[in-house]
Amino acid sequence: MKIAVIGSGIVGSLIAREFSKYDVEVELFEKLPDVGWGVTKANSGILHAGYDDEPGTMRAKYCAHGNEMYDKLAEELHFELKRIGSLVVAFTDDDVKILEDLLERGKKNGVKNLKILSRIEALEVEPNLSREIKAALYAPSAGIIAPWEVAQAAVENAVKNGAKLHLSTEVFNILESGRQYVVKTSKGEFVFDIVVNAAGLWADELAEKAGVKVTPLHPRRGEYILLDQPFLVKTVVFPTPSKAGKGILVLPTVHDTFLLGPTSEDLPPSEKENTSTTPEGISKIIKSVKKLVPSVNISKTIRTFAGLRPENDIKDFVLKREGNVMHVVATRSPGLTSAPAIAEDVVKTMFEGYNVRKKDDFDPYREPIKKVAEMSDEEREKLIEMNPAYGRVVCRCNKVTEGEIVEAIKHGARTLDGIKFRTTAMFGRCQGSFCTVKIMNIMKRELGTGFDEIRKNLPNSKVVDGDVR
Amino acid sequence: MKKVKYDVVVLGGGAAGMGAIKGALSENVKTLLIEREASTGGVLNQCIHNGFGIHVFNQELSGPEYHEMYLEKLGTFDAMYETTVLKVDEKHNLLHAISKDGVYEIEYGALVLATGARERPFEALRISGTRPAGIFTAGLAQHFVNLENKLPGHKAVILGSGDIGLIMARRLTLEGVKVEGVYEIMPYQGGLTRNIVQCLDDFNIPLHLSTSVIKVHGKERLEGVTVAKFENGRPVEGSERFIECDTLVASVGLIPENDLVKEIVEIDLSEGAVVDDLMRTNIPNIFAAGNNVCIHDLVDFVTMEGEMAGKNAALVSKGEKLPERKAIIKEGNNVRILSTKYTTASQAFKLYLRVSKPMGTTALYLNDERIKVVPVAKPSEMIELTLDPSKYKMRGKVILSALEVGK
Ligand SMILES: Cc1cc2nc3c(=O)[nH]c(=O)nc-3n(C[C@H](O)[C@H](O)[C@H](O)COP(=O)(O)OP(=O)(O)OC[C@H]3O[C@@H](n4cnc5c(N)ncnc54)[C@H](O)[C@@H]3O)c2cc1C
Ligand SMILES: Cc1cc2nc3c(=O)[nH]c(=O)nc-3n(C[C@H](O)[C@H](O)[C@H](O)COP(=O)(O)OP(=O)(O)OC[C@H]3O[C@@H](n4cnc5c(N)ncnc54)[C@H](O)[C@@H]3O)c2cc1C
Repeated sequence: MKIAVIGSGIVGSLIAREFSKYDVEVELFEKLPDVGWGVTKANSGILHAGYDDEPGTMRAKYCAHGNEMYDKLAEELHFELKRIGSLVVAFTDDDVKILEDLLERGKKNGVKNLKILSRIEALEVEPNLSREIKAALYAPSAGIIAPWEVAQAAVENAVKNGAKLHLSTEVFNILESGRQYVVKTSKGEFVFDIVVNAAGLWADELAEKAGVKVTPLHPRRGEYILLDQPFLVKTVVFPTPSKAGKGILVLPTVHDTFLLGPTSEDLPPSEKENTSTTPEGISKIIKSVKKLVPSVNISKTIRTFAGLRPENDIKDFVLKREGNVMHVVATRSPGLTSAPAIAEDVVKTMFEGYNVRKKDDFDPYREPIKKVAEMSDEEREKLIEMNPAYGRVVCRCNKVTEGEIVEAIKHGARTLDGIKFRTTAMFGRCQGSFCTVKIMNIMKRELGTGFDEIRKNLPNSKVVDGDVR
Repeated sequence: MKKVKYDVVVLGGGAAGMGAIKGALSENVKTLLIEREASTGGVLNQCIHNGFGIHVFNQELSGPEYHEMYLEKLGTFDAMYETTVLKVDEKHNLLHAISKDGVYEIEYGALVLATGARERPFEALRISGTRPAGIFTAGLAQHFVNLENKLPGHKAVILGSGDIGLIMARRLTLEGVKVEGVYEIMPYQGGLTRNIVQCLDDFNIPLHLSTSVIKVHGKERLEGVTVAKFENGRPVEGSERFIECDTLVASVGLIPENDLVKEIVEIDLSEGAVVDDLMRTNIPNIFAAGNNVCIHDLVDFVTMEGEMAGKNAALVSKGEKLPERKAIIKEGNNVRILSTKYTTASQAFKLYLRVSKPMGTTALYLNDERIKVVPVAKPSEMIELTLDPSKYKMRGKVILSALEVGK
């Protein structure tokens, strides 16, 4: 049986990996040159505990369960996952009432160990919080991940188990053809028995082309500031949610920097690529965060960026099946958290009525890229003895070695961003001003390309252009 | 794991680090340089323009020439290149480092930090818009052009009028890149006047003061920027202008590099290591010199600081007791940066300061006492002061301030 998955975001990549556990042929299509560069690349990276979602919604169905599934996933795929817990902070008596509602809702959704902390208790957990808080809802199961790393790891593991990855291949349409489906792409036509559309912001348009009506998507922009201020917070800190959403938060990343954001701004459906930041967005973040954590120092900005949520009017995920095609639409927040549960469910649903066997030799593990900075001196010694390239630090800010850059290339990186999002080189405070040339020289050697052929990310993103005369 | 032990270890082999080696060797102690690149020189290697060495060698040299001449003066010394220190363990006087040869544990009697500065990247400015390819720090653009013979693009806008930006405007023009202009958000230039003349005026490159980029355009490669006039730190409505360009070179400041010791050594608000007049940090056997203390305009002063740091580190490593701090030095009115934050009042010493705004004839005060008058004072040009404790009272708190006394 042949199966196509369209989109290598966290949803599509976990679906592809889930299919690869079975005795079937899996092919994954991605229009961009690398995996996980869509919505999955720019978001808060939080594994939400699951108290936010109204019982009865798809979000409630998948979020808390998806969260639980992450421990095993992280163990198998070796991506970073830190269960740092979250605090929802109340400033008024009305806020406190909302915390109580959230606690109740969380219990209904099966969220464990939720607790309301007094002002003093909350300040003990987070000494940098505003002194003006009244109480906080503590959810120990909330965690943080680097979402693109999960997508990379899942795809690598799927490929290890036989799946085929088509990068830079855009799917134009899915056409029924007898009992099968023709998938039309920028690189030709392919025939499949089962197709899953996990095209993120474009899932609605692809469904539409395939003749299926779903509620249309529009992008909801979220801007962020990435900060390099040590010891800001230890947990994910939310304000009390309002009708507008979860609000602007402060949280650590798995790379020991801090995220401030996101804003929440609805854009028209025509702007699905508009990841521009705006002066209004950035000012709004600064204002909101100062209220939560007054000691925040904005001059420690590393960079700003924006992500786009695939939003619909009902503010919920839509899983729509038509024949043997499944459309996974409106993967808004908490899409990251829910992705493993969605993947499991999609695969189960699509295999209903079929007699497919699990592979005996499925290998659930993925070898991560080594991290010299996090090793002990003994581990470093052994590694450098085996391969001296692990003794040459290339990225100053995050202490990434040449050995790690070479590994990233072996793991599929072909662009500067490919390396950045696999090793964290160029990710730190100097934003690549010191290491870019070194990395390009390594790419030149390993890939046999010239500087002119190296791209930042997309095909027209030349880094340099021509020779000095 | 390889273990080595030295009296003085110098971290970083730029101008300051080379000076420190010289200073330490003059006291005949066992001295080691650790440098993460393949050679000494630091930022000097990249600066192929003239203007180095006016004080130390009494002539105008290029960066690499200055480096060569100083190396010659230095003679031979122990060094570990392509070696990166990952951790400073100040409790046990140990450095944990790695290189292609393996893992090192280096014990020091005294340590000199000479780690230089990093550039503030464009991304840190929180400017709106997209983040396509084609945005460079001046140092990165300089590296592509000078060391890799590669052009960053064909039509460039330079953001920031610091020296590096000005030098890059000229260099890119000479290489056939169209430089549309240099944009500076402040009402005054950031770099030295001689660089404005030699790099911009001589090539008819316009300098736009009180103007900055407010938006970046382009998805894959840069397609243009919107600039606007600034008043009171805000863009002036209606003054926006779109400039088509494929390259943006940001020269928006250097930041002292102290990441490795940020939890050990006292760091000031501008991120420099805080030192006294002996170049000593708050830790008695850790010294600092060069751009990691404060950003210098002239390499000569960096060298002198380095030499002093190295010599004093050597004395400490021999067990000599250096004088204690007697006074704290504070920035007063119109003074933004001080190279020295404490004094032992044991000897006359040099101190460099930057004023916070351009002024005409300016008097400098130590507490209430006028100690120097300069014909002009600009934030871009450091003012050198010699403070002699036998002439001025230096106990408790010393405040240095600047006052405009004429146009
Ligand atoms: C600001 C913001 C904050 C968020 N915070 C959180 C959070 O903290 N926790 C959480 O759980 N969730 C969060 N989310 C939601 C989460 O990021 C998304 O749910 C998730 O990343 C969606 O993944 P996806 O795989 O559906 O989409 P994507 O990652 O966009 O993947 C879809 C892929 O399909 C490709 N594609 C599209 N069309 C085609 C085509 N025609 N042919 C081939 N390929 C195609 C795209 O290039 C893309 O790579 C946040 C989202 C945003 C924007
Ligand atoms: C572009 C530019 C133009 C200039 N133009 C002039 C001019 O015309 N005339 C003039 O007199 N002056 C000029 N200057 C000023 C002067 O040259 C510099 O201030 C001076 O060279 C700085 O020396 P430094 O040793 O402090 O720093 P750097 O030269 O930056 O040296 C620091 C060294 O430390 C190493 N290092 C850092 N961290 C570590 C670590 N953890 N482990 C190991 N090694 C480490 C680095 O690799 C580097 O080699 C210019 C400066 C710049 C940046």
